[in-house]
Amino acid sequence: MKFGVIVFPGSSGDLDLYHLIKDVLEAPVDYIWHEDTSVQGFDCLILPGGSSYGSYLRGGALARHSPVMAAVTAFAHRGGLVLGIADGFQVLTEAGLLPGALYTNAGGRFHCHSTTLRVENPDTPFTRNLHRNQLLSIPFAHGEGNYFVDPATLQQLEENGQIVFRYADERGQPSMEANPNGSVSNIAGVCNKTRNVLGMMPQPERAGEAVLGSTDGLAIFLSILKYWEGRQ
Amino acid sequence: MRPEDWRKLGLRDDEYDRIKEALGREPNHLELGMFSVMWSEHCSYKHSKAVLKTFPTTGPRVLQGPGENAGVVEIGDGLAVCFKIESHNHPSAVEPYQGAATGAGGIIRDIFTMGARPIALLNSLRFGPLTDERVRYLFAQVVAGIAGYGNRIGIPTVGGEIYFDPCYQGNPLVNAMCVGLLKTDQLRLGKATGIGNPVILAGARTGRDGMGGASFASVELSEETQAPDIQVGDPFTEKLLLEACLELIGRGDVEGIQDLGAAGLTCAVSEMASRGGTGMEIELAKVPCREEGMTPYEIMLSESQERMLLVVAPEKEAKVHAVFKRWGLTSATIGRVTEDGMLRIRMHGAVVAEIPARSLTEDAPVYHPEAKEPTYLKSTADLPLAAIAEPADYDSVLLKLLASPNLASKEWVWRQFDYLARTSTLVGPGSDAAVIRIRGTKKGLALTADCNSRYVYLDPYEGAKIAVAEAARNIVCSGGEPLAITDGLNFGSPEKPEIYWQFRQAVAGISEACRVLETPVTGGNVSFYNEANGEAIYPTPIIGMVGLLEDATQYCTPSFKAAGDLVVLLGETYDELGGSEYLALIHGRVQGKPPALDLAKEKALHRTVLAAIRQGLVRSAHDLSEGGLAVAVAECTFGNQLGAVVELARGDLRTDSLLFGESQSRVVLSLPPEKLPALQTLAAQEKVPLRVIGRTGGDRLQIFVDGNRSIDRSVAELHTAWQEGIPCHLP
Amino acid sequence: MWRAEIKVLLKPSILDPQGQAAEKALATMGYTGVDRVRVGKYLEVTFNAPDRTAAEAKVQELCNRLLVNTVIEDYTYHLVEVAP
Repeated sequence: MKFGVIVFPGSSGDLDLYHLIKDVLEAPVDYIWHEDTSVQGFDCLILPGGSSYGSYLRGGALARHSPVMAAVTAFAHRGGLVLGIADGFQVLTEAGLLPGALYTNAGGRFHCHSTTLRVENPDTPFTRNLHRNQLLSIPFAHGEGNYFVDPATLQQLEENGQIVFRYADERGQPSMEANPNGSVSNIAGVCNKTRNVLGMMPQPERAGEAVLGSTDGLAIFLSILKYWEGRQ
Repeated sequence: MRPEDWRKLGLRDDEYDRIKEALGREPNHLELGMFSVMWSEHCSYKHSKAVLKTFPTTGPRVLQGPGENAGVVEIGDGLAVCFKIESHNHPSAVEPYQGAATGAGGIIRDIFTMGARPIALLNSLRFGPLTDERVRYLFAQVVAGIAGYGNRIGIPTVGGEIYFDPCYQGNPLVNAMCVGLLKTDQLRLGKATGIGNPVILAGARTGRDGMGGASFASVELSEETQAPDIQVGDPFTEKLLLEACLELIGRGDVEGIQDLGAAGLTCAVSEMASRGGTGMEIELAKVPCREEGMTPYEIMLSESQERMLLVVAPEKEAKVHAVFKRWGLTSATIGRVTEDGMLRIRMHGAVVAEIPARSLTEDAPVYHPEAKEPTYLKSTADLPLAAIAEPADYDSVLLKLLASPNLASKEWVWRQFDYLARTSTLVGPGSDAAVIRIRGTKKGLALTADCNSRYVYLDPYEGAKIAVAEAARNIVCSGGEPLAITDGLNFGSPEKPEIYWQFRQAVAGISEACRVLETPVTGGNVSFYNEANGEAIYPTPIIGMVGLLEDATQYCTPSFKAAGDLVVLLGETYDELGGSEYLALIHGRVQGKPPALDLAKEKALHRTVLAAIRQGLVRSAHDLSEGGLAVAVAECTFGNQLGAVVELARGDLRTDSLLFGESQSRVVLSLPPEKLPALQTLAAQEKVPLRVIGRTGGDRLQIFVDGNRSIDRSVAELHTAWQEGIPCHLP
Repeated sequence: MWRAEIKVLLKPSILDPQGQAAEKALATMGYTGVDRVRVGKYLEVTFNAPDRTAAEAKVQELCNRLLVNTVIEDYTYHLVEVAP
């Protein structure tokens, strides 16, 4: 299977994702330019973190209208795997591929630190190497990661198993104190109804090598590879 | 021209005469403007040039020393590190967010101009006391500005330092350092070569912003100072410019390249031509402008950000424009390289300025101002220790020191920085030095920026020496071998003999330390006129240092790692309270001489610590600086909330000197007991004094002096005091 | 030509971190009686449209498609006819 990392103008996480997939996972990967109109030949698309279009107007709002997004949307509707990380998550909500919206952190400031995530749903292509309530240490770095959905949508997300990760404390409780940005119900990652599109604010590519302090992020990429193997 | 015409632009009468001589005629208004910005202190270094020549600037690893956009040192494997520090003090005093942001933007451009990919940012900041409302505003906005730029462009901010002192109340310091990585064969210089080669201006369009910024940086701040229009940083455009330029350089499509910073297009064309021994013909009508009707004067002096000037071979011209277009950037061929050494600036064909390029750069005036030892040194030098009462309660002194914003945790600041971008940060902010790995190799870099300006104020020569030594000690304690420095020299007005004396002494001190520690000066920045309403800041020569780890995984951090380890102090402690944080904070005195520094002993200490880390003998290493031994040991307990019991013998020292004195060339290590003999052998070889002073364990820090319990507090309590030191001042 | 002056605010039900921070700062500066601060965006868009009805439709389209995220934001606008 082949990963495609989308390069929006201003993206920076693209370089880190490319390194992780190519050098650590040793899996096929290529960049996809934002002006490309086809994503043919790719099996999983990743929308990277960083600041596409300088995060101007709203994070992800401008990138969402890039030429490549029509192809990404069609790919997702055909059931293709799409992972949006941080800024990429914002692009996916702006594009309507995921419910809700992301806005200014409750503290009002950008924050960079390690967070603990609790796996809420291991039954997605992105989490099948994990088990329910497993805790992952994955760093986050953003200023607009405050996830919002209205109460009715939240209930639907719960019922459909669309909440994939929650911020939790070290005991695994999704407590107020463990919520780093004010997200509704401590939500750190959600998927669409058909579970082939995942968005998450913490950045798993930053927890992919022991030398960086955590390899917990690798499980997400390994899950994708395993899911793909199972499909063949 | 009337005298007020040039005086208004900051030129002296004799400088005007020199201009007439260089041109062989009277300058026109545009030419006068070009001379005024190029001969400003900020661009010409006219008051510092002669002194800066005394720096040691060569070494086996130095590929590029001072004089280019940034210095470059080789690190093996065909790779080199490019780095530089630069100030953005005055813009930050006026508009802290954009001032700090554009400061970061400027130094990042200096790095990728050289063909290097920027991989890390550091900063060195100085403010007045946080008890002041305006200071709190400046502080929060400067931090937000650095974050806003660095985070968006995707370069991690991995380290730095911050101090608060009344001397910076009206004139904060914002120095930014950028570090880049390049293949040695991709080094590019800011040289205009190849007669007839097209000259391309790329990046943002030129607007009327920042006119005369270089001149603004070259005067003291006062109520009447007229600030230029604020430049607004655009990290998005800079990121595109960075990728486009690196793509072009990587493919060998660029002959010479230079960023546009202070003095804008004037500086870029004159420096590139002058370095190349060439001239340039420029057609201003071809410059992409943001506003209509801009005059030649405005176009030549604009300091609009995120612009680059490139010289390329004629056959590459179309390709170069295509690459910029692909990255969504404007670019235009605005002229050609010529052989006559003249800058010929045209507007719609008509020559509007004609100046020998060298006359703006190399032939700018050089001054040797008068220097006089400051009178204040007579009153500060003497510190009658007998008049300093020893405190009754050392616990509360330690808590106060830990909570002092100068020593307290800077986490409130660095949590706002994306220090993990590029997934290469092994040791982030808050340690002695940051450590980043170099992907694709085993190597790592240790990075730091340091200066205790109180020491420099009390003795500019010794204080500057200490700044270099401390930077090197931080690198060494992190496992790196010190390679080279860049310096951010922040001083008051060089036209005051006492300030100029400070400057000369500081440069001499840096030079001596760099010679002994074998860390040549590869470049830097001089920022004079840091004064507010006639009062100068403390002389603040910030040392940015880069160190090399051949094996990046052999880094070391200050935190104690395991209970039962021995705590070892390397180095000697003296009755040295002069210039200490303890003396200032507890006794309200900025007085005495800074601690003595013997560079040979310092170097021996470095060899010992580095060998111990590389041989895997130690689990932690932390240099002793502000707050002395007690503060250093307390800091070692925080990372893993692991306490220690320390037993000290006072000898004939005062207890406060022993606990809080800042004697130089000292390091605290922790190591498993079985490794002690090997460490002792290393220390003995280098004649470095070694004392086992305690053991790690428990959740308290207890320090006994001659068997008396002097300090006994829970790690949690000390940690809280240290962590809350800055946030408690903020809303 | 028309100029739309668009104000964008977070929906009342949504926490406004910037507004809250400004509110707190005003209080610490000693301003009593400041009830609520909300921080939003102001945008000016100049564009062509044959008449006011078409202009209205156009502004709403621009807002809904790009300028405003209606999941979290509300907007109001004022249309002014300007000389081209």
